[in-house]
Amino acid sequence: MNAPTKKLKVATTSLAGCFGCHMSFLDIDERLFTLLDYIEFDRSPLTDIKHCSPDCDIGIIEGGLCNAENVHVLREFRKNCKVLIAIGACAINGGLPAQRNHLPLTTILEEVYHTSPGLANGMIPNDPELPLPLDKVHPIHEVVKIDYFIPGCPPSGDAIWKVLTDLLAGREPELGHGLMHYD
Amino acid sequence: MSQTFIIDGKTVPFEEGQTIIQAATKAGVFIPHLCYHPDFKPHGSCKLCTVKVNGRQTASCTMRAMAGMVVESDTEEINAERRALTQMLFVEGNHFCPSCEQSGNCQLQATAYHLGMMSPHYDHFFPNRPVDASHPEVLLDFNRCILCSLCVRASRDVDGKNVFALSGRGITTHLIVNAKSGQLADTNFTLDDKAAHVCPVGVILRKRKGFAVPIGERTYDKQPISGTVDAVTEGH
Ligand code: SF4
Ligand code: SF4
Ligand code: FES
Repeated sequence: MNAPTKKLKVATTSLAGCFGCHMSFLDIDERLFTLLDYIEFDRSPLTDIKHCSPDCDIGIIEGGLCNAENVHVLREFRKNCKVLIAIGACAINGGLPAQRNHLPLTTILEEVYHTSPGLANGMIPNDPELPLPLDKVHPIHEVVKIDYFIPGCPPSGDAIWKVLTDLLAGREPELGHGLMHYD
Repeated sequence: MSQTFIIDGKTVPFEEGQTIIQAATKAGVFIPHLCYHPDFKPHGSCKLCTVKVNGRQTASCTMRAMAGMVVESDTEEINAERRALTQMLFVEGNHFCPSCEQSGNCQLQATAYHLGMMSPHYDHFFPNRPVDASHPEVLLDFNRCILCSLCVRASRDVDGKNVFALSGRGITTHLIVNAKSGQLADTNFTLDDKAAHVCPVGVILRKRKGFAVPIGERTYDKQPISGTVDAVTEGH
């Protein structure tokens, strides 16, 4: 690959995730320097830029949707990024947060803030600043169109590198045996 | 001289009465499958083993091999359909692989890897399926059941116990335990049963043995499922 004249703008975010996928992204280690010949970061926890530029090329989304703010951020990414990539189990099928989905939300809030042992004068938080939780946790492809997926919990640095370099080279991303993992 | 048919351009011999998947397996040709198991009568329900025979789709685990038939299996078209079936199996249940004891040993997961399934594609059902932890030795996690009926066949045909059954029809089909209480503890099921060892996914799990082999060092971490075709043990 020859260094391009114009770098691709890449935005990243973690929704209902644990930041494990972002940590794994950093696991591409010194290859980050190579990557930075081709891309520049826009909105991302790595830059602390708060909103996407309208001309982002790639958006990388970790985590599923567990509250209204997650949906809002996801829509901002879809609106401003040409290509969206779902990274990790939570973005792809809801992951661990979605394991609450068979329980009614009220039952969960009751148990967490009122009835579990050791709580005194518990109260369900109702500050208007707090985003409202969704009834169920959803994978992101159920709300906006997602162009590519990198499965794994988290995907390895090598899997992330493979998909990104495939995309930068204009190839359809493919993870063979050893890189393809759901766990 | 034995008779032959052609699969993906390869000539495969077969004996009278063999199914396509039996003959293919014996010849080292992998055909994805979930409800087929060489030790049991075919069930023909998952359709993962679908192939085209002389241009028409059929389940290779139930279709007998015939001399001169031309079979297509590993084609982009058929694999795309197999992938869609696999995606449906994922969204119909609750498959959270990172917290599943079967991860790495699971045939559903390994088949999805083989088919290059990067996402479940469809909307998730997130069904509510409580687990059965009543039995002292075995946990049943119905969230991952793909209704392959292997445990039903094993318990009925090998163990002679009839512990499991598929109940309901269509989308409401589900696995039940044949006891008045519906609980595994109220059956004569034991860890020595064949049925305790046939589940291709993570439903029938031995208690207190979790994660004895670390994730990353399990069966399909070491080799893809297509590489596990064992002509000696699987071909009949
Ligand atoms: S049964 Fe297989 S596919 Fe389902 S969660 Fe477990 S490892 Fe994943
Ligand atoms: S419990 Fe396992 S073996 Fe039994 S029907 Fe379900 S998936 Fe098949
Ligand atoms: S393996 Fe043939 S239908 Fe399931």
